[in-house]
Amino acid sequence: MSYTGWILLTASLVGLSCGLIGCLLILRRMAMMADAISHTVLLGIVIAFLITRELSGVHMLIGATLAGLLTAVLVQWLHTTGVQQEASIGIVFTTLFAIGVVLIATKVGNAHLDVQHALMGEITFIPWETVELPIVGAVPQAVLMLSSVLVVVLVVLLALYKEWKITSFDPALAASLGLPVVLLHYLFMAMVSMTTVAAFDAVGAIMVVAMLITPAASAYLWTDRLAVMLALSGGIGVLSAFIGYYIAAWLDTSISGSMAFATGILFMISFIGSPKYGMASRWTKPPEPAEAPPRA
Amino acid sequence: MDPVLQVNQLNASYRKNKVLTDVQFQIAPGTLTGIIGPNGAGKSTLLKVLLELHPRLSGTVSFFGTTYAKAKSRIGYVPQRGTVDWDFPTNALDVVMMGLYGKIGWLRWPTRKHRELALQALNEMGMADYAERQISQLSGGQQQRVFLARALVQDADLYFLDEPLAGVDAATERAIMNTLKLLKEQGKTVLVVHHDLQTVADYFDHVFMLNRTVVAHGPTADVFHQNNIYRTYGGTIRWMGEKSG
Amino acid sequence: MILGLSHNAQWVLASTLILGMAAGVVGCLAYWKRQSLMSDALSHAALPGVIIGFVLAGSKNMPVMILGAAVSALLGAMMIQWIRTSSRVKEDAAMGMVLSVFFGLGIMLLTWVNRMPGGNQSGLDSFIFGQAASMVREDVYTMAITALLILAVSLIGYKEWKLYLFDPAFAKGVGLSRATMNVIYIVLLVVVIVIGIQAVGVILMAALLIMPSVSARYWTHSFGWMMVLSAVFGGVSGLAGTWISTMGQGWPTGPFIVIAAAALFVLSLSFGMRKGLLVIALQHRAQRKKLSGTAMSSSAVQRGGWG
Repeated sequence: MSYTGWILLTASLVGLSCGLIGCLLILRRMAMMADAISHTVLLGIVIAFLITRELSGVHMLIGATLAGLLTAVLVQWLHTTGVQQEASIGIVFTTLFAIGVVLIATKVGNAHLDVQHALMGEITFIPWETVELPIVGAVPQAVLMLSSVLVVVLVVLLALYKEWKITSFDPALAASLGLPVVLLHYLFMAMVSMTTVAAFDAVGAIMVVAMLITPAASAYLWTDRLAVMLALSGGIGVLSAFIGYYIAAWLDTSISGSMAFATGILFMISFIGSPKYGMASRWTKPPEPAEAPPRA
Repeated sequence: MDPVLQVNQLNASYRKNKVLTDVQFQIAPGTLTGIIGPNGAGKSTLLKVLLELHPRLSGTVSFFGTTYAKAKSRIGYVPQRGTVDWDFPTNALDVVMMGLYGKIGWLRWPTRKHRELALQALNEMGMADYAERQISQLSGGQQQRVFLARALVQDADLYFLDEPLAGVDAATERAIMNTLKLLKEQGKTVLVVHHDLQTVADYFDHVFMLNRTVVAHGPTADVFHQNNIYRTYGGTIRWMGEKSG
Repeated sequence: MILGLSHNAQWVLASTLILGMAAGVVGCLAYWKRQSLMSDALSHAALPGVIIGFVLAGSKNMPVMILGAAVSALLGAMMIQWIRTSSRVKEDAAMGMVLSVFFGLGIMLLTWVNRMPGGNQSGLDSFIFGQAASMVREDVYTMAITALLILAVSLIGYKEWKLYLFDPAFAKGVGLSRATMNVIYIVLLVVVIVIGIQAVGVILMAALLIMPSVSARYWTHSFGWMMVLSAVFGGVSGLAGTWISTMGQGWPTGPFIVIAAAALFVLSLSFGMRKGLLVIALQHRAQRKKLSGTAMSSSAVQRGGWG
């Protein structure tokens, strides 16, 4: 595949996994948890590096997933001691992220691990760091990792589809039906961390946040069905990746920054133009009376 | 007959305030009980503690002579309408089907059979025409009926409802009360947190008067009288007077 | 120790002290508005404005860049408000979007500027993690004076803030316009963020607003003392973090300030007199003793002693 092809494939995989996970994130009102986790995975990566002295995919994935879970646990714990949820998130992620940055700036000092890279990713290098696979041949490492994560996300999402739906919509009912709500919460946080770190290396922390939240929020404005929202969100994620890439190529600027910006453009289009829940819906149809008979 | 619910010496607190003190009662099968009491009396907390959604400090609770965990499938719960996000991308039928998730089990998807059960429950609540409607586009009363339909499909033996009549229209109120009476006639047991003293005598055969502890509990005709109402609500009024003074 | 530093470094330390105090005070307001993460969204949203300010001024002109940052952060605040009130998208998602999309735009512009001739030497990168050492005398003055102004506005309006945060409906009743207070609050928040980003950086600026106020809450129940303590904690964090960061070549300031603030938070959480963990543990123990006292004595009688 061509150089551009690999970059577009990598970014599309990011858009797809993030778009899927993002729907549940915003429905569970945990968008800012995603922001927090995307920052704290840096600490996980640094510590994994300090212990193993190598920057392999698997170590990073484990370290970052643990850091993500640690974030979720700490935020929850602080909240139970009486700190506002928002403030707990703010405290935990800035602290863990600052420790990560300081470790890099003072101790690690390694060319492979720099903060700039962590924030903005290095998608331009991705096509060159390949691994040999049977049948398909040389494949960029990031593509391999992102595809595996996408498969895991899809399997967990589909296998527990109704469980995700009910714990997101009505956790009290879910608990009274005997579902392990807390366990599912941490499983979800682990998925967010995993997706984040897989995407992190390619596109950096900030674009992960953009890809997690913005396509899902855009899709949320177009539909009333969760299944449709998931599909749309994944699609918008991929579309953002393409638009972002071509903007970056045109202006000769940061690819991940442009992709984050592209998610914003697509959101504004949805926000203004969606006939269902966008601004357009207010201009075209009058507000529906609550007790109106069904249209069917 | 054995009680369906037996509560002994139950104590619970909410944000460091003691809300329930030495609550002790039992509920006989086939009764329709209204739980009444002033704001802050601990009505919702009591339900949550019974259903293990909120921790208890001490005391024992048994359902059908066994623990909550073992009796879970026989218990249905209708939380207050305000506890969920009605913008969630789903329709009325889907919400009702959620009541079946416990029976469907892990890793399985709902089938046509479950869909029909849910439709039937919606129909019983007069909501069949709204099955495909996005839930945010239902009125408050319709949302409450969807919630009740969801409880119906659980096909439980014991139901807990938290303020199902709060802020609903008259038609919904009638529909809900008819359904609850029907459940009772089928031999099921129903407990309802209720706020309107005017209707207690019409709606419930038993009344449970709570103000941080049990004030009175028994057949409505026997215990729902001026003296007990004053003992349940009067204390609060005096306490409020002291605070403002 | 501090006296051993150069004259310029002493000025930088003094200015981050004042910045920390201003952030601590404004952070208290944000805490009680329950908008802790708003500061995070707004500081990220400031980045494109900084770069545009740089491009417009043609050089590293602090006042223009601060103005640009303020405009873009305010735009971000308005977008969050707009999305939240006129669509079904909730506030957390709106903040996350503004934060990441604005930051993405900032990175786009930054990369583009860095490619221009001379752009690489602009030191714009330091706005991401903060580099107090890169501040020149004028930057220090700008920051210190603005921070003092913020402190003054927050303290002069002390009782109005208290009313507005605690009981906005009542405040309206006594003739305090909620809309006006909202505007003043957002302006204070935005200004403290934009003057702070050069020293602390856009990514971590929020910490300096969030942590001191939460720490202060562990020591007092009074709003007034909370503001004072929060200012002290913020000031100490700013000072200590900056001082530590001067000890290494090219060490970023922001992360050290955050770690200093976090250390104060952990101390407060553990030993604070109001709801600190130690105090709560002691209270629990006392309560358990009292509770089990009656039960114990009866069972002790049955068992025939304390054995």
